[in-house]
Amino acid sequence: MTSNPIPATPIPTTDELRPLRDYQAYLDEGRFMLLRDRTTGEAFFFPRVLAPVTGSRDLEWFEASGRGTVYAVTVVQKRPPTPNYNVVLVDLEEGPRVMSRVEGLAPDDVFIDMKVQARVAQVDGKGILLFDPAPENQIAAGEKAA
Amino acid sequence: MSGFVRGQAAIVGAATFGIGEAPGYDTLDLAARASIDALNQAGIALKDVDGLFLALPDDMLSGLSFAEYLGLHPKITENNRTGGSAFQTYVYWAALALAMGEIDTALIAYGSNQRTKSGKLVTPAQDPAWEDPYKAIMPASSYALAASRHMHQYGTTREHLAEVAVAARGWANLNPEAFAKGPLSIEDVLASRMVSTPLTVRDCCLVTDGAAAIVMTRADRARDLVAKPAYVLGAAAATWHRNITAMPDLTVSAAAESGARAYAQAKLGPKDVDVVELYDAFTINTILFLEDLGFCPKGEGGRFVSGGQIAPGGGLPVNTNGGGLSCVHPGMYGLFTLVEAVAQITGTAGARQVPDVNVAVAHGNGGVLSSQATVILGSGATL
Repeated sequence: MTSNPIPATPIPTTDELRPLRDYQAYLDEGRFMLLRDRTTGEAFFFPRVLAPVTGSRDLEWFEASGRGTVYAVTVVQKRPPTPNYNVVLVDLEEGPRVMSRVEGLAPDDVFIDMKVQARVAQVDGKGILLFDPAPENQIAAGEKAA
Repeated sequence: MSGFVRGQAAIVGAATFGIGEAPGYDTLDLAARASIDALNQAGIALKDVDGLFLALPDDMLSGLSFAEYLGLHPKITENNRTGGSAFQTYVYWAALALAMGEIDTALIAYGSNQRTKSGKLVTPAQDPAWEDPYKAIMPASSYALAASRHMHQYGTTREHLAEVAVAARGWANLNPEAFAKGPLSIEDVLASRMVSTPLTVRDCCLVTDGAAAIVMTRADRARDLVAKPAYVLGAAAATWHRNITAMPDLTVSAAAESGARAYAQAKLGPKDVDVVELYDAFTINTILFLEDLGFCPKGEGGRFVSGGQIAPGGGLPVNTNGGGLSCVHPGMYGLFTLVEAVAQITGTAGARQVPDVNVAVAHGNGGVLSSQATVILGSGATL
Protein backbone atom coordinates (compact mmCIF):
# COMPACT_ATOMS: atom_id res chain seq x y z
CA MET A 1 0.00 0.00 0.00
CA THR A 2 2.95 2.35 0.55
CA SER A 3 4.80 2.17 -2.74
CA ASN A 4 3.26 3.47 -5.91
CA PRO A 5 3.81 1.05 -8.80
CA ILE A 6 3.00 3.68 -11.43
CA PRO A 7 5.96 5.91 -12.32
CA ALA A 8 5.28 9.31 -10.89
CA THR A 9 5.01 12.36 -13.03
CA PRO A 10 6.87 14.64 -10.67
CA ILE A 11 5.36 18.05 -10.75
CA PRO A 12 6.97 20.45 -8.30
CA THR A 13 4.42 22.12 -6.15
CA THR A 14 5.34 24.41 -3.23
CA ASP A 15 4.15 27.93 -3.92
CA GLU A 16 2.45 27.16 -7.22
CA LEU A 17 0.12 24.66 -5.58
CA ARG A 18 -3.57 25.55 -5.60
CA PRO A 19 -4.86 22.20 -4.33
CA LEU A 20 -8.50 21.93 -5.35
CA ARG A 21 -8.19 24.08 -8.44
CA ASP A 22 -5.28 21.98 -9.69
CA TYR A 23 -7.03 18.70 -8.81
CA GLN A 24 -10.10 19.70 -10.81
CA ALA A 25 -7.97 20.98 -13.70
CA TYR A 26 -6.31 17.55 -13.94
CA LEU A 27 -9.73 15.86 -13.90
CA ASP A 28 -10.85 18.21 -16.65
CA GLU A 29 -7.87 16.90 -18.68
CA GLY A 30 -8.99 13.33 -17.93
CA ARG A 31 -6.24 12.66 -15.37
CA PHE A 32 -6.73 11.38 -11.80
CA MET A 33 -3.88 12.90 -9.80
CA LEU A 34 -3.05 12.64 -6.13
CA LEU A 35 -0.72 14.62 -3.92
CA ARG A 36 2.00 12.95 -1.91
CA ASP A 37 4.62 14.00 0.56
CA ARG A 38 8.03 13.61 -1.11
CA THR A 39 9.80 13.01 2.19
CA THR A 40 7.62 10.09 3.29
CA GLY A 41 6.21 9.03 -0.10
CA GLU A 42 2.78 8.98 1.52
CA ALA A 43 -0.17 9.98 -0.65
CA PHE A 44 -3.16 11.81 0.80
CA PHE A 45 -6.63 12.92 -0.19
CA PHE A 46 -8.26 15.48 -0.36
CA PRO A 47 -5.63 17.79 -1.92
CA ARG A 48 -4.36 20.52 0.39
CA VAL A 49 -1.37 22.86 0.79
CA LEU A 50 0.35 20.61 3.32
CA ALA A 51 0.50 16.94 4.22
CA PRO A 52 -1.86 16.19 7.09
CA VAL A 53 -0.28 15.43 10.46
CA THR A 54 3.32 16.07 9.35
CA GLY A 55 2.63 19.52 7.92
CA SER A 56 5.14 18.87 5.16
CA ARG A 57 4.99 21.24 2.19
CA ASP A 58 7.39 19.16 0.11
CA LEU A 59 4.58 17.82 -2.07
CA GLU A 60 4.17 16.52 -5.59
CA TRP A 61 1.32 15.48 -7.81
CA PHE A 62 1.42 11.98 -9.28
CA GLU A 63 -0.89 9.92 -11.45
CA ALA A 64 -2.96 7.51 -9.38
CA SER A 65 -3.10 3.88 -10.47
CA GLY A 66 -6.88 4.03 -10.27
CA ARG A 67 -6.99 0.63 -8.64
CA GLY A 68 -9.16 0.47 -5.57
CA THR A 69 -11.46 -1.55 -3.34
CA VAL A 70 -14.95 -0.60 -2.24
CA TYR A 71 -14.82 0.19 1.50
CA ALA A 72 -18.45 1.19 2.07
CA VAL A 73 -21.54 1.60 -0.10
CA THR A 74 -25.00 3.11 0.04
CA VAL A 75 -27.69 3.29 -2.64
CA VAL A 76 -29.58 6.57 -2.73
CA GLN A 77 -33.27 6.00 -3.38
CA LYS A 78 -35.01 8.22 -5.90
CA ARG A 79 -38.63 8.57 -6.83
CA PRO A 80 -39.30 6.66 -10.10
CA PRO A 81 -38.67 7.18 -12.93
CA THR A 82 -35.41 8.73 -11.67
CA PRO A 83 -33.04 5.79 -11.21
CA ASN A 84 -31.35 5.01 -7.91
CA TYR A 85 -27.57 5.41 -7.75
CA ASN A 86 -24.82 4.29 -5.44
CA VAL A 87 -22.37 6.35 -3.42
CA VAL A 88 -19.19 4.54 -2.41
CA LEU A 89 -16.05 5.08 -0.45
CA VAL A 90 -13.12 3.51 -2.29
CA ASP A 91 -9.79 2.68 -0.71
CA LEU A 92 -7.15 3.41 -3.34
CA GLU A 93 -4.16 1.15 -3.83
CA GLU A 94 -1.96 4.13 -2.88
CA GLY A 95 -3.67 4.42 0.51
CA PRO A 96 -6.09 7.35 0.45
CA ARG A 97 -9.87 6.95 0.45
CA VAL A 98 -12.16 8.79 -1.97
CA MET A 99 -15.90 9.17 -2.40
CA SER A 100 -17.27 8.18 -5.80
CA ARG A 101 -19.85 6.15 -7.73
CA VAL A 102 -19.41 2.73 -9.33
CA GLU A 103 -21.02 2.53 -12.76
CA GLY A 104 -21.43 -0.24 -15.30
CA LEU A 105 -23.71 -2.39 -13.16
CA ALA A 106 -26.99 -2.09 -11.27
CA PRO A 107 -26.50 0.26 -8.30
CA ASP A 108 -27.52 -2.46 -5.83
CA ASP A 109 -24.91 -4.87 -7.22
CA VAL A 110 -21.97 -2.94 -5.81
CA PHE A 111 -20.57 -4.68 -2.74
CA ILE A 112 -17.93 -4.04 -0.11
CA ASP A 113 -14.50 -5.46 -1.05
CA MET A 114 -15.35 -5.21 -4.76
CA LYS A 115 -12.26 -4.40 -6.84
CA VAL A 116 -12.81 -1.28 -8.92
CA GLN A 117 -10.93 0.76 -11.49
CA ALA A 118 -11.05 4.56 -11.76
CA ARG A 119 -12.32 6.34 -14.84
CA VAL A 120 -12.43 10.09 -15.36
CA ALA A 121 -15.65 11.07 -17.12
CA GLN A 122 -16.53 14.48 -18.50
CA VAL A 123 -19.90 15.84 -17.45
CA ASP A 124 -20.96 19.32 -18.54
CA GLY A 125 -17.35 20.11 -19.41
CA LYS A 126 -16.02 19.11 -16.01
CA GLY A 127 -14.03 16.02 -15.08
CA ILE A 128 -15.53 13.71 -12.48
CA LEU A 129 -13.87 10.69 -10.87
CA LEU A 130 -15.92 7.51 -11.30
CA PHE A 131 -15.19 3.82 -10.94
CA ASP A 132 -16.04 0.67 -12.90
CA PRO A 133 -15.83 -2.91 -11.67
CA ALA A 134 -12.26 -4.13 -12.21
CA PRO A 135 -11.91 -6.93 -14.82
CA GLU A 136 -11.05 -9.61 -12.22
CA ASN A 137 -14.11 -8.58 -10.32
CA GLN A 138 -16.49 -9.08 -13.22
CA ILE A 139 -15.40 -12.69 -13.28
CA ALA A 140 -16.04 -12.96 -9.55
CA ALA A 141 -19.46 -11.34 -9.93
CA GLY A 142 -20.28 -13.74 -12.77
CA GLU A 143 -19.41 -16.69 -10.58
CA LYS A 144 -21.48 -15.20 -7.78
CA ALA A 145 -24.51 -14.89 -10.10
CA ALA A 146 -24.04 -18.45 -11.35
CA MET B 1 -2.63 21.44 38.55
CA SER B 2 -4.04 18.83 36.22
CA GLY B 3 -7.20 16.86 35.72
CA PHE B 4 -10.85 17.75 35.40
CA VAL B 5 -12.81 19.68 38.01
CA ARG B 6 -14.91 16.65 38.98
CA GLY B 7 -18.07 17.58 40.89
CA GLN B 8 -17.17 21.27 41.19
CA ALA B 9 -19.92 22.46 38.85
CA ALA B 10 -23.52 21.35 38.57
CA ILE B 11 -26.60 21.75 36.43
CA VAL B 12 -29.36 23.43 38.44
CA GLY B 13 -31.95 24.03 35.73
CA ALA B 14 -32.88 22.14 32.58
CA ALA B 15 -35.84 22.87 30.34
CA THR B 16 -37.27 22.32 26.88
CA PHE B 17 -39.76 24.39 24.92
CA GLY B 18 -41.72 24.05 21.71
CA ILE B 19 -40.89 20.40 21.05
CA GLY B 20 -42.55 19.24 17.83
CA GLU B 21 -44.13 22.25 16.17
CA ALA B 22 -43.84 25.81 17.42
CA PRO B 23 -45.24 27.92 14.60
CA GLY B 24 -44.51 31.62 14.50
CA TYR B 25 -41.52 31.59 16.82
CA ASP B 26 -38.08 32.73 15.76
CA THR B 27 -35.15 30.51 16.81
CA LEU B 28 -34.10 33.13 19.38
CA ASP B 29 -37.63 33.22 20.82
CA LEU B 30 -37.53 29.47 21.32
CA ALA B 31 -34.08 29.47 22.92
CA ALA B 32 -35.11 32.33 25.20
CA ARG B 33 -38.30 30.57 26.37
CA ALA B 34 -36.38 27.43 27.31
CA SER B 35 -33.71 29.58 28.99
CA ILE B 36 -36.07 31.50 31.25
CA ASP B 37 -37.75 28.26 32.32
CA ALA B 38 -34.38 26.72 33.21
CA LEU B 39 -33.33 29.84 35.14
CA ASN B 40 -36.62 29.89 37.04
CA GLN B 41 -36.11 26.27 38.13
CA ALA B 42 -32.85 27.38 39.77
CA GLY B 43 -34.22 30.68 41.09
CA ILE B 44 -31.45 32.53 39.25
CA ALA B 45 -32.20 35.93 37.75
CA LEU B 46 -31.59 36.40 34.04
CA LYS B 47 -29.27 39.34 34.75
CA ASP B 48 -26.97 37.05 36.76
CA VAL B 49 -25.98 35.02 33.69
CA ASP B 50 -22.35 35.89 32.96
CA GLY B 51 -21.45 32.97 30.71
CA LEU B 52 -23.54 32.50 27.55
CA PHE B 53 -23.15 29.42 25.35
CA LEU B 54 -25.31 29.00 22.26
CA ALA B 55 -25.21 27.68 18.70
CA LEU B 56 -28.17 28.40 16.44
CA PRO B 57 -28.44 26.79 12.99
CA ASP B 58 -29.49 29.90 11.10
CA ASP B 59 -27.27 32.64 12.54
CA MET B 60 -23.48 32.58 12.32
CA LEU B 61 -23.21 35.20 15.08
CA SER B 62 -25.89 33.66 17.26
CA GLY B 63 -23.96 34.09 20.50
CA LEU B 64 -23.96 37.83 19.97
CA SER B 65 -27.59 37.83 18.88
CA PHE B 66 -28.66 35.95 22.01
CA ALA B 67 -26.73 38.26 24.35
CA GLU B 68 -28.49 41.19 22.69
CA TYR B 69 -31.89 39.46 22.84
CA LEU B 70 -31.54 38.72 26.57
CA GLY B 71 -30.05 42.15 27.35
CA LEU B 72 -26.90 40.60 28.78
CA HIS B 73 -23.25 41.66 28.73
CA PRO B 74 -21.66 38.23 29.33
CA LYS B 75 -18.02 37.71 30.26
CA ILE B 76 -17.99 34.64 28.05
CA THR B 77 -20.01 34.47 24.82
CA GLU B 78 -19.56 31.23 22.90
CA ASN B 79 -21.01 30.18 19.56
CA ASN B 80 -19.08 27.08 18.60
CA ARG B 81 -19.56 25.06 15.44
CA THR B 82 -18.93 21.46 16.42
CA GLY B 83 -22.49 20.61 15.42
CA GLY B 84 -24.73 18.61 17.72
CA SER B 85 -21.89 17.99 20.15
CA ALA B 86 -21.50 21.73 20.79
CA PHE B 87 -23.52 21.56 23.99
CA GLN B 88 -21.50 18.81 25.64
CA THR B 89 -18.40 20.79 24.71
CA TYR B 90 -19.98 23.82 26.41
CA VAL B 91 -20.51 21.85 29.62
CA TYR B 92 -16.78 21.12 29.60
CA TRP B 93 -15.76 24.75 29.14
CA ALA B 94 -18.42 26.06 31.51
CA ALA B 95 -17.37 23.64 34.26
CA LEU B 96 -13.76 24.85 33.96
CA ALA B 97 -14.73 28.53 33.88
CA LEU B 98 -17.03 28.10 36.90
CA ALA B 99 -14.45 26.17 38.91
CA MET B 100 -11.83 28.83 38.15
CA GLY B 101 -14.21 31.56 39.33
CA GLU B 102 -14.18 33.24 35.92
CA ILE B 103 -17.98 33.14 35.80
CA ASP B 104 -20.74 32.36 38.30
CA THR B 105 -23.66 31.31 36.10
CA ALA B 106 -23.52 29.60 32.72
CA LEU B 107 -26.52 29.42 30.42
CA ILE B 108 -26.34 26.87 27.58
CA ALA B 109 -29.18 27.13 25.06
CA TYR B 110 -30.46 26.03 21.68
CA GLY B 111 -33.57 26.57 19.59
CA SER B 112 -34.77 25.82 16.08
CA ASN B 113 -37.96 26.37 14.11
CA GLN B 114 -36.81 24.24 11.17
CA ARG B 115 -39.95 22.11 10.90
CA THR B 116 -42.54 24.87 10.73
CA LYS B 117 -40.27 27.25 8.83
CA SER B 118 -38.78 24.98 6.16
CA GLY B 119 -39.91 21.39 6.75
CA LYS B 120 -36.36 20.08 6.54
CA LEU B 121 -33.00 20.16 8.27
CA VAL B 122 -31.69 23.71 8.47
CA THR B 123 -27.91 23.78 8.41
CA PRO B 124 -25.22 26.06 7.04
CA ALA B 125 -23.04 22.97 6.45
CA GLN B 126 -22.01 22.31 2.84
CA ASP B 127 -20.59 19.28 1.08
CA PRO B 128 -16.96 19.68 -0.01
CA ALA B 129 -15.91 19.70 -3.67
CA TRP B 130 -14.65 16.09 -3.48
CA GLU B 131 -18.00 14.74 -2.21
CA ASP B 132 -20.59 17.06 -3.71
CA PRO B 133 -20.64 15.63 -7.29
CA TYR B 134 -21.83 12.21 -6.06
CA LYS B 135 -25.14 13.60 -4.76
CA ALA B 136 -25.24 11.71 -1.51
CA ILE B 137 -28.15 12.69 0.73
CA MET B 138 -26.25 14.40 3.51
CA PRO B 139 -26.07 13.70 6.32
CA ALA B 140 -28.09 10.46 5.91
CA SER B 141 -25.83 8.83 3.31
CA SER B 142 -22.74 9.32 5.47
CA TYR B 143 -24.38 7.39 8.30
CA ALA B 144 -25.63 4.84 5.78
CA LEU B 145 -22.05 4.27 4.65
CA ALA B 146 -21.04 3.70 8.27
CA ALA B 147 -23.94 1.29 8.71
CA SER B 148 -22.94 -0.62 5.56
CA ARG B 149 -19.46 -1.07 6.92
CA HIS B 150 -20.68 -2.18 10.36
CA MET B 151 -23.00 -4.72 8.76
CA HIS B 152 -20.20 -6.04 6.55
CA GLN B 153 -17.61 -6.24 9.30
CA TYR B 154 -19.71 -7.44 12.23
CA GLY B 155 -22.83 -9.04 10.80
CA THR B 156 -25.09 -6.28 12.04
CA THR B 157 -28.52 -6.51 10.38
CA ARG B 158 -31.32 -4.17 9.41
CA GLU B 159 -33.35 -5.82 12.17
CA HIS B 160 -30.69 -4.71 14.68
CA LEU B 161 -30.95 -1.15 13.39
CA ALA B 162 -34.74 -1.37 13.61
CA GLU B 163 -34.48 -2.45 17.27
CA VAL B 164 -32.99 0.97 18.03
CA ALA B 165 -35.91 2.80 16.43
CA VAL B 166 -38.46 0.56 18.16
CA ALA B 167 -36.82 1.08 21.57
CA ALA B 168 -36.79 4.85 21.07
CA ARG B 169 -40.49 4.77 20.20
CA GLY B 170 -41.19 2.73 23.32
CA TRP B 171 -39.67 5.46 25.47
CA ALA B 172 -41.38 8.22 23.46
CA ASN B 173 -44.72 6.59 24.21
CA LEU B 174 -44.02 7.28 27.90
CA ASN B 175 -43.07 10.93 27.28
CA PRO B 176 -45.92 13.46 26.97
CA GLU B 177 -43.57 15.87 25.13
CA ALA B 178 -42.45 13.39 22.45
CA PHE B 179 -43.43 14.25 18.88
CA ALA B 180 -43.66 10.77 17.32
CA LYS B 181 -45.84 8.32 19.23
CA GLY B 182 -47.85 5.21 18.66
CA PRO B 183 -46.94 1.61 18.01
CA LEU B 184 -43.83 0.84 15.95
CA SER B 185 -42.61 -2.67 15.22
CA ILE B 186 -39.44 -4.07 13.70
CA GLU B 187 -41.54 -5.00 10.66
CA ASP B 188 -42.84 -1.41 10.40
CA VAL B 189 -39.29 -0.08 10.29
CA LEU B 190 -38.16 -2.65 7.72
CA ALA B 191 -41.17 -1.88 5.52
CA SER B 192 -40.84 1.89 5.69
CA ARG B 193 -39.50 3.97 2.82
CA MET B 194 -35.82 3.40 2.07
CA VAL B 195 -33.79 6.63 2.02
CA SER B 196 -30.17 5.61 1.55
CA THR B 197 -29.51 1.90 2.00
CA PRO B 198 -29.56 0.41 4.58
CA LEU B 199 -31.36 3.29 6.32
CA THR B 200 -35.12 3.76 6.00
CA VAL B 201 -37.01 6.87 7.02
CA ARG B 202 -37.60 5.20 10.42
CA ASP B 203 -33.84 4.79 10.85
CA CYS B 204 -33.54 8.58 10.50
CA CYS B 205 -34.21 11.20 13.14
CA LEU B 206 -37.25 13.46 13.12
CA VAL B 207 -37.35 16.95 11.69
CA THR B 208 -38.98 19.05 14.41
CA ASP B 209 -38.91 22.44 16.07
CA GLY B 210 -37.73 22.68 19.63
CA ALA B 211 -35.56 24.42 22.19
CA ALA B 212 -33.61 23.44 25.26
CA ALA B 213 -31.57 25.17 27.94
CA ILE B 214 -29.51 24.26 30.98
CA VAL B 215 -28.12 26.44 33.75
CA MET B 216 -24.83 25.66 35.49
CA THR B 217 -23.22 27.05 38.59
CA ARG B 218 -20.59 26.05 41.15
CA ALA B 219 -21.41 23.06 43.33
CA ASP B 220 -21.50 24.97 46.64
CA ARG B 221 -24.04 27.44 45.28
CA ALA B 222 -25.97 24.68 43.50
CA ARG B 223 -26.78 22.97 46.82
CA ASP B 224 -28.33 26.21 48.13
CA LEU B 225 -30.46 26.66 45.02
CA VAL B 226 -32.00 23.26 44.31
CA ALA B 227 -32.68 20.00 46.12
CA LYS B 228 -30.92 17.79 43.58
CA PRO B 229 -28.17 19.32 41.49
CA ALA B 230 -26.79 17.19 38.66
CA TYR B 231 -23.06 17.36 39.21
CA VAL B 232 -20.66 17.36 36.28
CA LEU B 233 -18.35 14.43 36.99
CA GLY B 234 -16.67 14.29 33.60
CA ALA B 235 -16.78 16.07 30.26
CA ALA B 236 -14.59 15.53 27.22
CA ALA B 237 -14.68 16.16 23.48
CA ALA B 238 -12.83 14.66 20.52
CA THR B 239 -12.77 15.53 16.81
CA TRP B 240 -11.41 13.06 14.27
CA HIS B 241 -12.67 14.39 10.92
CA ARG B 242 -15.30 16.57 9.26
CA ASN B 243 -16.54 14.70 6.17
CA ILE B 244 -17.21 10.98 5.98
CA THR B 245 -14.47 10.39 3.36
CA ALA B 246 -11.88 11.29 6.00
CA MET B 247 -13.28 9.16 8.85
CA PRO B 248 -10.45 6.74 9.61
CA ASP B 249 -12.61 3.69 10.42
CA LEU B 250 -16.34 3.94 9.81
CA THR B 251 -17.04 1.48 12.64
CA VAL B 252 -15.21 3.43 15.36
CA SER B 253 -16.17 6.97 16.32
CA ALA B 254 -14.25 9.53 18.36
CA ALA B 255 -16.67 8.66 21.19
CA ALA B 256 -14.11 5.98 22.03
CA GLU B 257 -11.75 8.80 22.94
CA SER B 258 -14.18 11.32 24.46
CA GLY B 259 -15.85 8.58 26.50
CA ALA B 260 -12.59 7.17 27.83
CA ARG B 261 -11.47 10.62 28.97
CA ALA B 262 -14.84 11.42 30.54
CA TYR B 263 -14.88 8.12 32.46
CA ALA B 264 -11.34 8.75 33.72
CA GLN B 265 -12.34 12.21 34.92
CA ALA B 266 -15.45 10.83 36.63
CA LYS B 267 -13.53 7.88 38.09
CA LEU B 268 -16.38 5.71 36.83
CA GLY B 269 -16.91 3.14 34.12
CA PRO B 270 -19.81 1.99 31.93
CA LYS B 271 -20.96 -0.50 34.58
CA ASP B 272 -21.66 2.42 36.94
CA VAL B 273 -24.00 4.17 34.50
CA ASP B 274 -27.75 4.03 35.23
CA VAL B 275 -29.12 5.78 32.12
CA VAL B 276 -27.56 6.55 28.73
CA GLU B 277 -28.67 9.47 26.58
CA LEU B 278 -27.05 9.30 23.13
CA TYR B 279 -27.35 11.52 20.09
CA ASP B 280 -29.33 9.16 17.82
CA ALA B 281 -29.46 11.06 14.57
CA PHE B 282 -29.69 7.64 12.91
CA THR B 283 -30.16 4.15 14.33
CA ILE B 284 -26.52 3.24 13.61
CA ASN B 285 -25.43 6.03 16.00
CA THR B 286 -26.88 4.28 19.01
CA ILE B 287 -25.12 1.04 18.11
CA LEU B 288 -21.77 2.73 17.48
CA PHE B 289 -21.90 4.85 20.62
CA LEU B 290 -22.95 1.96 22.89
CA GLU B 291 -19.83 0.17 21.66
CA ASP B 292 -17.50 3.16 21.74
CA LEU B 293 -18.66 4.15 25.23
CA GLY B 294 -17.98 0.64 26.50
CA PHE B 295 -21.47 -0.75 27.09
CA CYS B 296 -20.68 -3.71 24.85
CA PRO B 297 -17.64 -4.88 22.86
CA LYS B 298 -16.89 -3.38 19.43
CA GLY B 299 -19.04 -5.05 16.82
CA GLU B 300 -21.59 -6.39 19.31
CA GLY B 301 -23.87 -3.34 19.34
CA GLY B 302 -26.46 -4.85 17.03
CA ARG B 303 -26.78 -8.01 19.07
CA PHE B 304 -26.64 -5.96 22.31
CA VAL B 305 -29.75 -3.91 21.44
CA SER B 306 -31.73 -6.98 20.32
CA GLY B 307 -34.75 -8.26 22.19
CA GLY B 308 -35.69 -4.89 23.61
CA GLN B 309 -32.49 -4.59 25.67
CA ILE B 310 -32.48 -0.75 25.48
CA ALA B 311 -36.29 -0.32 25.41
CA PRO B 312 -38.47 0.31 28.48
CA GLY B 313 -38.13 -2.76 30.68
CA GLY B 314 -34.81 -3.76 29.09
CA GLY B 315 -31.43 -4.18 30.75
CA LEU B 316 -30.01 -0.73 29.93
CA PRO B 317 -32.22 2.37 29.65
CA VAL B 318 -31.09 4.28 26.54
CA ASN B 319 -32.59 7.52 25.19
CA THR B 320 -35.35 7.59 27.74
CA ASN B 321 -37.04 10.67 26.26
CA GLY B 322 -37.53 8.91 22.92
CA GLY B 323 -34.37 10.39 21.42
CA GLY B 324 -33.91 12.19 18.15
CA LEU B 325 -35.69 9.29 16.49
CA SER B 326 -39.03 9.71 18.25
CA CYS B 327 -38.98 12.67 20.67
CA VAL B 328 -37.39 15.73 19.08
CA HIS B 329 -34.74 16.60 16.52
CA PRO B 330 -34.51 20.28 15.74
CA GLY B 331 -31.18 20.11 13.89
CA MET B 332 -28.62 20.00 16.68
CA TYR B 333 -29.99 17.63 19.31
CA GLY B 334 -27.08 17.35 21.76
CA LEU B 335 -28.55 19.61 24.44
CA PHE B 336 -31.69 17.46 24.72
CA THR B 337 -29.60 14.50 25.89
CA LEU B 338 -28.35 16.68 28.75
CA VAL B 339 -31.86 17.86 29.67
CA GLU B 340 -33.09 14.26 29.80
CA ALA B 341 -30.08 13.13 31.83
CA VAL B 342 -30.85 15.87 34.36
CA ALA B 343 -34.53 14.86 34.48
CA GLN B 344 -33.53 11.28 35.25
CA ILE B 345 -31.05 12.30 37.98
CA THR B 346 -33.50 14.71 39.62
CA GLY B 347 -36.30 12.14 39.46
CA THR B 348 -38.62 14.35 37.42
CA ALA B 349 -39.04 12.16 34.33
CA GLY B 350 -42.60 11.04 35.12
CA ALA B 351 -43.81 7.80 33.53
CA ARG B 352 -40.42 7.17 31.92
CA GLN B 353 -38.45 7.69 35.14
CA VAL B 354 -35.82 5.03 35.72
CA PRO B 355 -35.60 4.13 39.44
CA ASP B 356 -32.59 5.23 41.50
CA VAL B 357 -30.58 7.08 38.86
CA ASN B 358 -27.26 8.30 40.22
CA VAL B 359 -25.09 8.33 37.10
CA ALA B 360 -26.15 9.42 33.61
CA VAL B 361 -24.22 9.73 30.36
CA ALA B 362 -25.23 12.46 27.90
CA HIS B 363 -23.37 12.06 24.64
CA GLY B 364 -23.34 14.50 21.72
CA ASN B 365 -22.45 13.90 18.07
CA GLY B 366 -21.60 16.58 15.54
CA GLY B 367 -21.22 16.56 11.77
CA VAL B 368 -21.15 13.05 10.30
CA LEU B 369 -19.84 11.07 13.28
CA SER B 370 -17.15 13.79 13.29
CA SER B 371 -17.14 15.52 16.66
CA GLN B 372 -17.97 13.48 19.75
CA ALA B 373 -18.44 14.85 23.25
CA THR B 374 -19.37 12.96 26.39
CA VAL B 375 -20.69 14.34 29.67
CA ILE B 376 -21.11 12.23 32.79
CA LEU B 377 -23.54 13.61 35.36
CA GLY B 378 -24.02 12.36 38.88
CA SER B 379 -26.33 12.81 41.85
CA GLY B 380 -25.06 14.01 45.23
CA ALA B 381 -24.37 10.39 46.14
CA THR B 382 -21.56 10.22 43.58
CA LEU B 383 -19.46 13.02 45.11
